[in-house]
Amino acid sequence: MAKQENLFDKMMSIDRRVIYLLLGLAVIVPAIFPFDVPVATTPEVESVFHFVDSLGTGDYLFLGVDYDPSTMAELHPMTKAILSQCFSQDVKVIITALSQNGPGMVESIINEIADQYGAKNHIDYCFLGYKPYPGIVVLNMGVNFKLTFPNDYYGASLDTIPVMQGIKNYTECAGVIDVCAGNIADMWIQFGNGRYGVPLALGVTGVMASDYYPYLQSGQIFGLMPGMKGAAEYESLSGYKTTGIRSMAYQTSTHVIILAFIIISNIGWFLSRKEEKKIG
Amino acid sequence: MKKSLPLGIVFFAGVVMFFQHFIPTDQSEFIYKYANDWLICIGVYAMLLGIWSLIRVTLHKARHDPNERFYAIVTLVSMGIMIVAGWDVDNLRAGSLFMNMFNYILIPVQATIFSLLAFYVASAAYRAFRARTVLATLLLFTAFVVMLRMIPLGYISELNQYLVAWILSVPNLAAKRAIIMGVGLGMMATSIKIILGIERQYLGGD
Amino acid sequence: MGTAELLWNGLAALLTLFIFSFLYRDNVFYKFAERLVAGVSAGYWTILLYHTSFTDKVIVPIFEQQHYWYIIPSILGIMMWTRFSRKWAWLSRISLAFYIGIATGVALPIAMYASIYRQLQASMVSISLDWAGINSALVTIGLLCSLAYFYFSKEHDGWFGGISRVGIYTLMIGFGAGFGLTVMGRISLLIDRVLFLKDYVLTLFGA
Repeated sequence: MAKQENLFDKMMSIDRRVIYLLLGLAVIVPAIFPFDVPVATTPEVESVFHFVDSLGTGDYLFLGVDYDPSTMAELHPMTKAILSQCFSQDVKVIITALSQNGPGMVESIINEIADQYGAKNHIDYCFLGYKPYPGIVVLNMGVNFKLTFPNDYYGASLDTIPVMQGIKNYTECAGVIDVCAGNIADMWIQFGNGRYGVPLALGVTGVMASDYYPYLQSGQIFGLMPGMKGAAEYESLSGYKTTGIRSMAYQTSTHVIILAFIIISNIGWFLSRKEEKKIG
Repeated sequence: MKKSLPLGIVFFAGVVMFFQHFIPTDQSEFIYKYANDWLICIGVYAMLLGIWSLIRVTLHKARHDPNERFYAIVTLVSMGIMIVAGWDVDNLRAGSLFMNMFNYILIPVQATIFSLLAFYVASAAYRAFRARTVLATLLLFTAFVVMLRMIPLGYISELNQYLVAWILSVPNLAAKRAIIMGVGLGMMATSIKIILGIERQYLGGD
Repeated sequence: MGTAELLWNGLAALLTLFIFSFLYRDNVFYKFAERLVAGVSAGYWTILLYHTSFTDKVIVPIFEQQHYWYIIPSILGIMMWTRFSRKWAWLSRISLAFYIGIATGVALPIAMYASIYRQLQASMVSISLDWAGINSALVTIGLLCSLAYFYFSKEHDGWFGGISRVGIYTLMIGFGAGFGLTVMGRISLLIDRVLFLKDYVLTLFGA
């Protein structure tokens, strides 16, 4: 009897280092023995893809790249896929980065993707850069880009940038896609969509994702890409495959381990409770 | 004077900016856009104040704490190198020392620090998710179903996709909407209290 | 990958391992990497603020375009710095008041619209007897029950207690969904680092 009780207790109190080790192994195994995982798409991601897909030559898309390296794993694949889709369809892109390290995030990918499609800075896209107080920046860009960003990120006056001629603010863009980690997404919903009524879609981290479904149903956002799964879905739709789809096998192996631990701890708990009742 | 002047400014600015929302004239838009632009200008100084605070604290550690001296010097030197490397605006472009330090020091370290959370969240899920009560069982069941979505199980996965979609767009939506509305009402109440000078904690002491 | 890029990536891989060493316990390698990045981050932000914001909002408007009214927010900004003086710290409240007054005044009607009005509007849909109609009704019931749970001016017993009980069940399902997605999010961050290390090792060995 005592032996059984010990086993149940052990099932409920596995050392954290064992958990760390097995989780570590779970991410190493697919690296050595890669396998494919099917990615089923969801309507919230499909609507973002179809929106971008419907744009053509001469249309403008406003892209907010509002995240830092801490969340780039989930959000970088989305940004890359959207940019590549825009450049391949000759859609003009206006980009801002309102988080502290956001400009570095844009700078680390924009040239590479633009080169792939022959897109040119100032002709096919414009990177406006960063300004403090994102809420105020979102409000002011709804009036006039030049008010907040008289120059782009590289110091060129907006008056001299061809792609910025004939466009005054983001309400003149077909829509805004904000790829974001943090409350800048709320500012876009409240100020961008709330005050100026611009069509808005979000790419968010897994941690934030469940909080934005009310806005999806209310029509304040027309699409939502939740975390790495959302990125993988977008990649499979657009055909521009980077780390989103690649990481799905790793997601599977790690989730198996975590779910297994949850099952073990609950079996241990149920059986120990049963034993306690039996003993009285 | 030390308190009444700031309170008066908050009241005046708050009331003007509130009513301009409902008065769509050129004059009100002029006030609106320049007031906002000025805030960004003030914000630049406020952010620089934050950076200066970091330098002060780090310098203090370098001078007075022998255990922290080496690390404080590392922080100050790396900061100095970044400032020198980025002094020219052209160095904001990829390929410069400034951007290489961003790409190969800041990105990997910050990303890895946050990746440690994967281990902690796994450990927390194992320890906390036990079906002790009805509430805990609901939490456990929902999290389990959502996590199961990441594992391909053929027909079960197809059914699970529908279940997850329903959870996210019905009970989750209702719960999060209640929180959004609660936060919205709280924001409105606090904003009104601030404008009317009832809430004045932001002024600090004295 | 050229030699310089290989070396930079080597540094990134080394720093990644320094941070992972924290899983064993706090150590000098972890501390070194952490403080190094604090300095790099502060330096990056200083330069970013200078080039993209201080230049655009202070130097160019005042000194190049002679828009002298930008001196006013600059003075207000400089007043923020009086926080370091005990005697003059109260002056920083004026700048703060300017910011708080404008921000609250602007946000108040918009928050009312986006967080209350639009959310209420989306909850008031016509009832139908199809699957979508049932779900809409469930959302409205769940919302009312969840709001009842947050209502503390009436004791949670009797019929009201029952409603608030349904509310907390709804909230728990919401939190469970949030946790499930959080696990995916956190794991993604780890996967990214493992993919980086794998790619670097493969490059190193010419694969």
